[in-house]
Formats: sequence, C-alpha cells, structure tokens
Amino acid sequence: MSKEKLLTMNGICKSFPGVKALDKAQFDLEAGEIHALLGENGAGKSTLIKVLTGIEIKDEGTIVMDKKEISPQSPIDAQNAGISTVYQEVNLCPDLSVAENVFIGREPRKGMHIDWKTVNERTRQLLKDFDLDINVEERLDNYSVAIQQMIAIARAVDVNAKVLILDEPTSSLSNQEVKKLFEIMNMLKGKGMGIVFVTHFLDQVYEVSDRITILRNGSYVGTYEAANLPMIELVGKMIGKDYSSLEAIPKGSSDEEDYEELVRIENGSSEDISDINVSLGKGEVTGFSGLLGSGRSEIARLIFGADKKTGGKTIIEGQERDIRNPLDAIKNDMAFCPEDRKKEGIVGDLTIRENIIIALQSKRGIFHKISKKEADEIADRLIKELAIKTPSADQKIKNLSGGNQQKVILARWLATNPKLLILDEPTRGIDIGAKAEIQKTIVDLAKDGMSCIFISSEIDEMDRCCSRMFVLKDKKIVGTLKGDEISQNAIMKLMAGGTEV
Amino acid sequence: MKKLTQKMEFKPFCVLIAIILICGIVSGGDFFKITIVDGHLYGRLIDILRNGSRYAILAAGMTMALGTGGTDISVGSVMAISGAIACSIVDGRILPGLNGNVALAVIIAILAGAICGAWNGFMVAKLKVQPMVATMILLTAGRGIAQLVADGKIVTITSESYYKISGGYFLGLPIPMYIAIGVIILFLLLTKCTAFGMQVESIGVNPESSRLAGIKVERNLWIIYILCGMTAALAGIIESAGIKGADCNNCGLMIEMDGILAVAIGGTALSGGRFSIISSVIGALIVQTITTTIYAFGVAPELTRVAKAIIVIIVCLLQSKIFMEKVKALLPKRTEKEVHE
Repeated sequence: MSKEKLLTMNGICKSFPGVKALDKAQFDLEAGEIHALLGENGAGKSTLIKVLTGIEIKDEGTIVMDKKEISPQSPIDAQNAGISTVYQEVNLCPDLSVAENVFIGREPRKGMHIDWKTVNERTRQLLKDFDLDINVEERLDNYSVAIQQMIAIARAVDVNAKVLILDEPTSSLSNQEVKKLFEIMNMLKGKGMGIVFVTHFLDQVYEVSDRITILRNGSYVGTYEAANLPMIELVGKMIGKDYSSLEAIPKGSSDEEDYEELVRIENGSSEDISDINVSLGKGEVTGFSGLLGSGRSEIARLIFGADKKTGGKTIIEGQERDIRNPLDAIKNDMAFCPEDRKKEGIVGDLTIRENIIIALQSKRGIFHKISKKEADEIADRLIKELAIKTPSADQKIKNLSGGNQQKVILARWLATNPKLLILDEPTRGIDIGAKAEIQKTIVDLAKDGMSCIFISSEIDEMDRCCSRMFVLKDKKIVGTLKGDEISQNAIMKLMAGGTEV
Repeated sequence: MKKLTQKMEFKPFCVLIAIILICGIVSGGDFFKITIVDGHLYGRLIDILRNGSRYAILAAGMTMALGTGGTDISVGSVMAISGAIACSIVDGRILPGLNGNVALAVIIAILAGAICGAWNGFMVAKLKVQPMVATMILLTAGRGIAQLVADGKIVTITSESYYKISGGYFLGLPIPMYIAIGVIILFLLLTKCTAFGMQVESIGVNPESSRLAGIKVERNLWIIYILCGMTAALAGIIESAGIKGADCNNCGLMIEMDGILAVAIGGTALSGGRFSIISSVIGALIVQTITTTIYAFGVAPELTRVAKAIIVIIVCLLQSKIFMEKVKALLPKRTEKEVHE
C-alpha cells in the first residue's frame, strides 16, 4: 500500500487487575479510509479505543500519529493530537442549545463575553455540511437521538480532527438514519479524514468499510480488505471457530402427544397488557415474537410478577397460584432474565459470586444464609458450566463484558433450579460467540425438561431456538406456531398482518 | 497480609491508631494515662470510649441506611424525642402509673424511636420519597414533638439508676461501652449471620435488579429505618442520662452530621453498596477522639470547629483514592525500577 499512514498503533499492551485486556494489539489507519475495528465483546476493541483516546493509559507499545509518537494521557491530549471520538451513548448536554453543545469549552469570545452570534452562525455553517437544517438555538433534547448523534459528530469533526472514532454509532438509529450517517462518513472520508468504525452489525461493516481489523481475546488477528473477506470467514476469525458449529441447533420435540403443560395463564392482565391466554409446555422453548412494544416483554413480566397483576389466573401444574411479586414467582420455581441487563439484571458493585447466589438466597429466605463454602461451590460450578470468562468469582460483575454478564445472570437463575426460565432478549448486545453459546444452553436446558420462554427481536434466532411460538401485535396474541410451522416467513407474516388464527 | 490490607476496616483502623498515637505524643503521654479510682478506670481513652459509644450506636444504624443508598438525617431529633419520653416517664410526668420505672421508660423510649423509624420507612419504602427529604420531616418536626412531650421545659430528673446508663461502671469500664458493644454485636449477627447484609448491599447498588432477584426491597427498607430509629433512641437515652435530664433543643443537635461523617470516614460509600459496621464504629471513635482531644488540649472554643474541620479534611483525603494515587505518584517509583532490573 502506497498510501500514507495517518495513525499506527503497535504492540499495545494493557492489563487490568487479573485480566490482560490487550496483548500486543496493533492497528493502523490511512487518511481517507473507513476502517472497521471488530471483535467479540471482551476482545479488546473498547480498550484499544480507550488507549487511543487517553481514557486508559497503555502499559506498553507505541502510537504514531502523523509521524510523531504520541502518548495520550487524557482525552484532551488525544483531541489536541487530532483524535476525536463519538461514543455509543451521546455525550452531550441535553439542556443546552445545539450551538452551545457544538462550541462548549471553546466558545469564541468578544471581550469578556461569549460571541453568541458567531457561535450560532458557525454552527449553522457546520451543520449545513451535514445536510442538517435545524434551529441551532433550540435545546438539544428536542431533537431525536439520530440528530444528536450527527451533532456529536459535527462537534468532533470541527475540533480539527484528523481521526474520527465512531464507537457503535448505529446501535440506536433506524435504518434510514443509519443510511444518513453512512453518507456523512463517506463525505468525511472524501475530505481525507480517517475514520475508525466500531460496531456489532456486520452488514453495516461491509456497507461502508474499506478495511477490517479483527481482535480476539485482546490479541491482533489480522487486517483485511473488506472486499476480500467473506462474512462467514469474518465471523470465523472473530470467534476463532467455524461458523458451522453455530448453525445447527437441534430443537426439542413439539409433538402434540408429548405435550405436557407446566404453566397456564388465563386472562392474565397487568397495566400494560390484558386478557392474555398462554400455555407453556414442559421441555419446550416457547417464543414470544413481535416488534418492540408489541407486548412480548409485558407478558413475560406479567408471568413473573415483575409488573403488578390486575387480573387473571396463573395455573402451575394444574394448581392455581397467586403470584404477586418476583419472590412469589421464584418460590414457584420461575426465573426471569430481564430485558435491560444493566438496569434490571446485574448488581454491578457486587461480586460474580454474590450475583449468582442472590436469587437462590431469596428463595431460601434471609435466615438460611448460604454458607461461604456452598456459595463458592455453586459459583465455581456455574462459572465452569457456562464458560464464564473471569479470573475469579471475586471479580465485580461490572468488570465483565456484556456476554459474560449475561451468562452470570443466567447462572443466577440456574442456581435456583427453575422449572420455568423466562429470557427476555438474553442475547442483545452480546457478541456472536456468546450468543451461540447462550442459544445452545437454552435449547439444552429445554431438552432436560425445563420450560423456557424466549424473547428476542432477532427473528432468525427465534426461528432457531423455539419449538412453539406466540406472535404478538399491538399487545394481543395474533397467532400461534409450532414445530415445522415456524419459519421466518410465517412469523413475519403474522407480525405484519396480524390476522387472528 | 495483602488480604488484611485490602479489608475495608484496615485504613480507618490505621487512621484511628495514628490519631491516638499523635495525641499521645503531643500530650506527652498524658493522653494514655489511666488511673483507677474506686475500682473504676479514668482517663482520656476511657472518656473516648464512653462518649464515643453514642456515636458508635448511631453509626451502626446509619451505616445500614447509607448502605441502601439512603440516609437518615432525623436521628438527632429522634434522640430528643426518646430522651424527652424516657425522662418524662422517670420523672412521673407522663404515665405516672409506671412509678418512674427506669427499665420500662427505656423500653417505651426505644419503641418511640422504632415508631419514628417506621414513619421514615413508610415515607422512603412505600411513598418512595427521597430519603433525605423524607427524614427531613422528622428532623424539623421531631424537636417539636419532643417539646410537646416535655411540655416545653427542660426536664431534669433525679434517678440514680437512670444516671447509671451513662455514668455507671461495670467491671471498671463505663456502661455505655457495653451498650454499644451489645448493639454492634446484634447488628453484626443480623448482617453477617443472615443474608440481610448482602441484600442491603444489593439494594444499595441496584434496587430494581434486587427486586427482580426476589429481594423484598420495601420490607428491608422498613426494617432498616426502624433499626435506625431505635439506635437513635438508644443514643438519646444515653445522652439524657449523661446530662441528667432532657433538653429538647440541644439533645443530639447536628449529630446526624457526625453520624454520617463517621460512616463516611469508615469508607462506606454514601451512594450505597458495600458497607461495614465495624468500619463505621471505628469512624465514630475517630470522630470522638478528635472532639475529645480538641477539648483536652484547651483549644480556644471559637477554634474548635476549625480544628475539627482540618482533621476531618485530612482523614477524608487519606480515604480519597485519587488523592492517594497522586501522592504515590510523587513518591519515587520503586516498583517500576525493580521491574526494569
């Protein structure tokens, strides 16, 4: 390659207590290219980005920018060197105006005062490049997340950046908005900027990237021309094994004769959903399919008692049970991995061990404290069974990657030995390797006789795991599919059409 | 060894020892002098134990409230209420049928503390009012209630057995110390021998996750605020026994700040999560040592607060991770050299 390298990172090492997050990682970037940085969760992408932007300080290695070695000690150092970052969560001040956000910390002055006229004028000019025709004096939070993101990028670009890092910029954008973002990325690329693109969405990688660098377990796997790397190979390199092992999950049976009911909900109602009738079979993975807001999570929360019940009956193995809160559900051998792992799942500052035993402890009651020895046994067993990557059970759960956190939550519930396991988006935001492992675990558990509810917005994943499925639309069940009837086509038809079956 | 230094209690303990040593050296050994009069021990250290007991008892309850991410700033007022009730009963002004029975007076005063705590718990757990605001109600209203009980007067009492609660001795050591030790043991049993401690920490870190994991968040909050009220009541009884009467305006005034300070010095994060009762008790002793020492050294009264503030700043800096890292960065980097060799 004859092009000038804009940025070169070599032999980057970074250790955290007990974990080597980066082991001789490398990365380079040319002017005028979009370079995707890929890897599973915990592969070291974010750590590499943090080292580059001065949030973390590298233990070893060199960073050369514009032929000068740099060693950013803080985000400001990185910015001064020409490296700008837009993070996944928009890092702006919602109460300030658009223009204030763009110029915050570097406002042009007129004497003692901020020159608001120039601030607004220059913001308007800047946003024109982005095809954004908005009122720059309006409060930022009056605009959609997508526009906020554009503004964040505009701000990043205006700080004389030569390198722009986009960390998962598309995760909260609609398809339309993603397209717009890609146009802007290409425009900036045309102006000679080097763009680092970090994402989970592999399709998007191929849409805009020129080259791809893959990390795995903190080590460098390789850098490839995007055009010469088929997706299947890409995935293989990311997870370090053949994609084929991930393809086939033999489902449990769905024969009518074998069907044995575990839980039945009759006319179940909560504040968000009403008159739900479902039957869940032993040894089956039952899916709740539907678009966001279709009521798929609300059913799960209703069954588990997470939302207040306003009516209806819960019948477990033929007997009516009164489930008013999560503890009632747990005592009736139910388990629930909620949708929002961070807010409702993990207890961040507690150890992995405590996070694992916490539900079992609730089930037993506070006066039957699980002994240190038993807690160790349970935690060690489940860490091994679910292949949770951690140096020890004493680590705080918040230090784990998303996929491993999810496995800990799964372990928490498996420790209670449930008959019904409810999983709401258990694979969201986690990498493809952990995803496959979790899917396989679910199907295996069902084969051992556990009843599972599986909720996911990814239809292919539902199709792969579920042996029976309820399709929801507008908070109503609009169809039931079982066994071979389940196909992506059939699900989508029901989700879209909503004809009663 | 490493395990020991990583314990939450380690740092505050070192600070306490250091403060005591410094005081001892500055005072030329006077500080450590303990004399035996009538089989009772006297001396600065004993004073600290006696007067620090109140703080230690308060800090134990406060630790739990702070551990859930809440707080209880009504403890001072609850002390005034319990003191007023106990003294008024002993005095025979209210419930004359009890004939000034000290034991019953104490029990009823503690129950009153529990009721105050239940009110706080109701506000925090049921109505989900922010703890600071919820307990502020009793902070302001509590002294009014106490004055109603005491009929707006300072109730002075004459009861040798009530005085003993603060001034008495058992096996040569002051009674309040035994009360404090009893309370601490009860709290340790509750938090360590049951799963209550873990549940409190879990609620402090993430209440919603805790609820979905089957923890009765509301019930636990009720219990904690009730315990907090009871510890405050007990502290109020000790204080009123010390001054031989109930002074509704001054009993426990601003003590909530000392209580929170003790917990903070002990290293429990005010945002909730990991807590340690022992650490807080050590923190309480640090606060008391500072107070006692300042008086003992005859610092001019107008300067005592300044002196206390300076010491508190130093202690807080020692607890600050960032500050300690900065200090470490200034020291010669020995470990790095070793690596290079």
